[in-house]
Amino acid sequence: MTTVADNGVNVQALLEAREALKGAPEAAQFTWRASAKWQSGVHSTVKVQSFFGLGQEQSHKEQSVFEADHPEIFAAEDNGITPIEYLIVGLASCLTAGVASVAQNRGIQLHSVEATVEGAHDIRGILGADTDVRNGYNDIKVTFHIDADASKEDIEALVAQSQKRSAVFDALTNPTNVTVEVA
Amino acid sequence: MLERGEVANSWRRERWDSLRLLTPNWQSRLPGLRYEGPDPDGYMTVREVTEFIERFATASRAPVRTGANVTSLRRTDEGYDVTTTCGEIACRTVVVASGACNQPSVPQFKDAVPASVEQLTTFDYRAPGKLPDGGVLVVGASATGMQLAAEIQRSGRPVTLSVGEHVRLPRTYRGRDVLWWMDASGVWDQRYDEVEDLTRARRLPSPQLVGTPERSTLDLNALASMGVELVGRWAAVRDGRALLSGGLRNVFSLADLKLGRLLDTFDEWALTTGRDAEFGPPERLPPTRVPQTARLQLDLGSGEIRSIVWATGFRPDYGWLDVPVVDAKGQLQHEGGVAVSPGLYALGLPVLRRRRSTFICGIEDDAREVIEHLARYLGAAVHT
Ligand SMILES: Cc1cc2nc3c(=O)[nH]c(=O)nc-3n(C[C@H](O)[C@H](O)[C@H](O)COP(=O)(O)OP(=O)(O)OC[C@H]3O[C@@H](n4cnc5c(N)ncnc54)[C@H](O)[C@@H]3O)c2cc1C
Repeated sequence: MTTVADNGVNVQALLEAREALKGAPEAAQFTWRASAKWQSGVHSTVKVQSFFGLGQEQSHKEQSVFEADHPEIFAAEDNGITPIEYLIVGLASCLTAGVASVAQNRGIQLHSVEATVEGAHDIRGILGADTDVRNGYNDIKVTFHIDADASKEDIEALVAQSQKRSAVFDALTNPTNVTVEVA
Repeated sequence: MLERGEVANSWRRERWDSLRLLTPNWQSRLPGLRYEGPDPDGYMTVREVTEFIERFATASRAPVRTGANVTSLRRTDEGYDVTTTCGEIACRTVVVASGACNQPSVPQFKDAVPASVEQLTTFDYRAPGKLPDGGVLVVGASATGMQLAAEIQRSGRPVTLSVGEHVRLPRTYRGRDVLWWMDASGVWDQRYDEVEDLTRARRLPSPQLVGTPERSTLDLNALASMGVELVGRWAAVRDGRALLSGGLRNVFSLADLKLGRLLDTFDEWALTTGRDAEFGPPERLPPTRVPQTARLQLDLGSGEIRSIVWATGFRPDYGWLDVPVVDAKGQLQHEGGVAVSPGLYALGLPVLRRRRSTFICGIEDDAREVIEHLARYLGAAVHT
């Protein structure tokens, strides 16, 4: 008896979307949005709900609210995680989602997937203590622990393919144009 | 047969001096013509390839009209109108065999490179001695980029190689040329309608191979050992700096894993066909070494990089093809060489009908099958 892998990813829908969007690049243009409101000190609240895609305004089922602050050792109140931590939240979840999707597409049953991300950050950059040190991460390391019905090589291939198709991995490893304006 | 230049034009005009085929001599075969020299396992020089094709033109008595550049091809009620530099031709059917590599493909941001840095494509490059002294940035790590990086580094110019996705292959495996395995194990026989992702297969970069008398492997580890500095895929230019991807480790993993799977296929084939004992024991290559630190930026104005060699692939030129069969990416759309426009055919494109189609030895079967279709079409057209 053969069992069909089920990781809860609707690969069929994704493959159909890929085919449909091949001929309709306009519909594939998405805009993701977040809006931040300063609270006090280095604490801000960021809300995310609407986005644009498939040619029209879209909305998440519910609004998500994120508190961003800094820890007490930064002389802040620690109302939430630091902004640079949100980057690795994005990376970890994006790569994990990728592993699940690729596994589904390849018929690999997953039992558990855990990713640990460590971002090495020299804070002398943001403090202006040494102008040769960059502000952002110097190195990011992601470690996956995966239990699946697959060989070690197949699991490594899942993780490699997940990086290849990851929006956040690309956003972090390749430059992006960023425009910041005062309206 | 219309040819804008001479027979074997691309080999006469569009190749660098040291180039040898990466396919072994015994694989250079055209219908009725095969290599009969003393070194079947060697690799032809450009001059030898040119002679080989000339010999084929003579032996097959191909009616080649040289110096006839096709400037326009239009559909008519009866077939096609061809405008050439030698006059007009009306015909019922056309086979487009103008090549897949008419132009170097270079990213737009080349325009943002400071003028102090000399830029060459693989069509301009001839030999390392013609490059300015000093550092050279070679962009692209497929067959061309790997070969040029090696010879430029040997000329004493320090090379930085920008590496994106690539196909890693050892020159020999278990005592045979790796392309012997591709051929014998049936990998190259895989048909275009059996390939899982045909678009990807047709865009696959050339394998990291070089044809040398020593039959040595030219992979990224070999280049790194020669002192070539490996950096990530070049993504953009900002303020005169090349911005490079931090994803180098993953392109190494992808290629290493893919190579492992390919070698597994070979071993399995050897076992299931009962030929395992003919070869040496299975081998596995060491993983591609990730540099301690890969630079993420290069200051193009600092004088460190004096020239850039773009080895970023080629694309066809269908500027003369006034029939709507070319897609938005500039590729001719066809089903195994049969275009949607009746009576229009293509030959000589990557994975046209099978994986082998990408290589010189692929043309024989492709041509037979495509011409069968063409003959049926003409026959049917006569009877209606
Ligand atoms: C750098 C490089 C290395 C390669 N190495 C190998 C190898 O090692 N082994 C291997 O098997 N294959 C190799 N190939 C692939 C090989 O070149 C092709 O398989 C083969 O040459 C295809 O032959 P072709 O006649 O279809 O195309 P081409 O050789 O490109 O010939 C097309 C011809 O059409 C002419 N033409 C184009 N447009 C017009 C026009 N508008 N009017 C009139 N004439 C026109 C051109 O002048 C040219 O002579 C290599 C390719 C390149 C670019």
